[in-house]
Amino acid sequence: MFQVRKLANLTLFVTTTPTKRYNKINKSDCFENSILPVHFSVYFIFHRTKDYNSCKNMTRHVKIRLASERVNHSVSSNNELPRFYTPGEVITGMQDFMRGHGTYAEDDSLKASVAGVMQKVNKLICIRPLKSRYVGEIGDVVVGRVLEVQQRRWKVETNSRLDSVLQLSSVNLPGGELRRRSEEDELMMRKHLQEGDLISAEVQSVFSDGSLSLHTRSLKYGKLSQGILIKVFPSLIKRRKNHFHNLPCGISVIIGNNGYIWISPQEKSNLVEGDKDEIANVETQTVSRSERETMGRVKNCIAALVASKMMLDDTSIMFAYEESLKYEEVKDLLDTEAMLDVAFLTQHKINYVDED
Amino acid sequence: MPGPDLLSSQGLRLDGRRPNELRRIRCKLGVFAQPDGSAYLEQGNTKVLAAVYGPHQASKSKSLQDGVVVNCQYSMATFSTGERKNHPRGDRKSQEMSMHLRQALTAAIKTELYPRSQIDIYVEVLQADGGAYCASVNAATLALIDAGIPLRAYACACSASMAWRNGQPEPLLDVGHVEEAAGGVVLTVASLPSTGSIGLIEMSHRLHMDYFDVVLSRAMQGCKDIEVILDRAVREHLAEGWTKQDVVVI
Repeated sequence: MFQVRKLANLTLFVTTTPTKRYNKINKSDCFENSILPVHFSVYFIFHRTKDYNSCKNMTRHVKIRLASERVNHSVSSNNELPRFYTPGEVITGMQDFMRGHGTYAEDDSLKASVAGVMQKVNKLICIRPLKSRYVGEIGDVVVGRVLEVQQRRWKVETNSRLDSVLQLSSVNLPGGELRRRSEEDELMMRKHLQEGDLISAEVQSVFSDGSLSLHTRSLKYGKLSQGILIKVFPSLIKRRKNHFHNLPCGISVIIGNNGYIWISPQEKSNLVEGDKDEIANVETQTVSRSERETMGRVKNCIAALVASKMMLDDTSIMFAYEESLKYEEVKDLLDTEAMLDVAFLTQHKINYVDED
Repeated sequence: MPGPDLLSSQGLRLDGRRPNELRRIRCKLGVFAQPDGSAYLEQGNTKVLAAVYGPHQASKSKSLQDGVVVNCQYSMATFSTGERKNHPRGDRKSQEMSMHLRQALTAAIKTELYPRSQIDIYVEVLQADGGAYCASVNAATLALIDAGIPLRAYACACSASMAWRNGQPEPLLDVGHVEEAAGGVVLTVASLPSTGSIGLIEMSHRLHMDYFDVVLSRAMQGCKDIEVILDRAVREHLAEGWTKQDVVVI
């Protein structure tokens, strides 16, 4: 039934038929064809059935790379390496320094508790790790997912250590901003935001235990409807004045400080404000194919930058997008070489702009 | 003096190492994209993957007001041992290993910093060739560092055994599977080498009190050696992943 052959290049063609599964290839089949399974090889698998042609239409390309052919994603940026500290390492004698995040005092000396670089503000010493969970600050723009609807508040997941809180009193409800929250509103909470909804919000305050209180009291915040969410490490996000960007390629991006990035089609400008039917339609409007492709391209560009650990902001994303245009098909950008190429060219462009 | 000779007349062990030599350790941080931290560690032929999630919100029943909940899961792949295993996790041995892992790692983690949170540590042994617990602790430490979780110091684990040479006791460092199977005593120590404190200590057989100190000090020396290797790996990882972050130095 099955024939198994070794393939010279490492492109694996997998034919999918719903009735047959691959684990049906047992040892006896292999012996029949006098081919023994060899460790770490990739095989060409197909069914020798009568309707082979119909199977062929279902063939898909899957690229599998040997571990030894791994691409090194590091893009050289022209800054020299700082001094690194590792857990348990003595930073300094205690005398006249204050201990900040990532440090602790023991035996009259200040020691690091995470692996990273030192940040010193006057006498305050902090060690900042390469990556960690999101540590919120007031005024940050975040993208989060509603986990739970509770009494007069929503629990929101924001990649933080503890779940964040969105109070009913800190959202804009439809119909007038200055309106008392009635019991009716409490009952309607699930209609406004339900479990699983994505929202953009701003950090209103930070509680003593580190959990965040959010608010969406502005028209730019609120429920997100159609788009792509990417999760990256929060340390890769560059702090900027504005985290809402309308890219020139016709896509809008929300770069959340918590490492969640939201890509969505730009809202149509011809929308008449106040026309409620039109606003309701935004959520169900079909997004054209070209727009979806552009969104996919932006997503792949961000993935390329993240793989090379480059900082993300509107400029770097836009540069990467421009560089990616030489790859005609969006899916070509998923190739590791292409990702590295885009990241490298973007870094080059950023360096060039910085010098000017 | 039970079992076959663990040391040859030249003073070499069954796999050709000297008594005080570790097996080769190779490690890599950040091997996965999905978890907050991950690491892969090879100690000789023992191969271990570790992944760390968190700190994140603990479930209401588990959450502690004064510290983080450390949740460990130790599992051995079905193909990891010579004889195929039926249960990769959940059997008595794995549960015990999970508990031991938790004990060693909570000694290192600064648990008081994150009340009401939880840290999940998943360890998967891909190949077991003796000292799987030690490799798991070392890999989990690297994964915790990769996740940016505050630690007091590196938590390292190492095992030591006991052999005789010309009538003199000679402790063996980093016991392999063959030596374990030969039936000698195995002392496993998980410690914070830079502070010298011990997080977990376990011994498989009986050993005369007179020799205990020698074996223990050899195991502690092994932990110190491992710390140096792990520290080098962490620094390499930091240098590789360093980006133009806006570091404020005034």
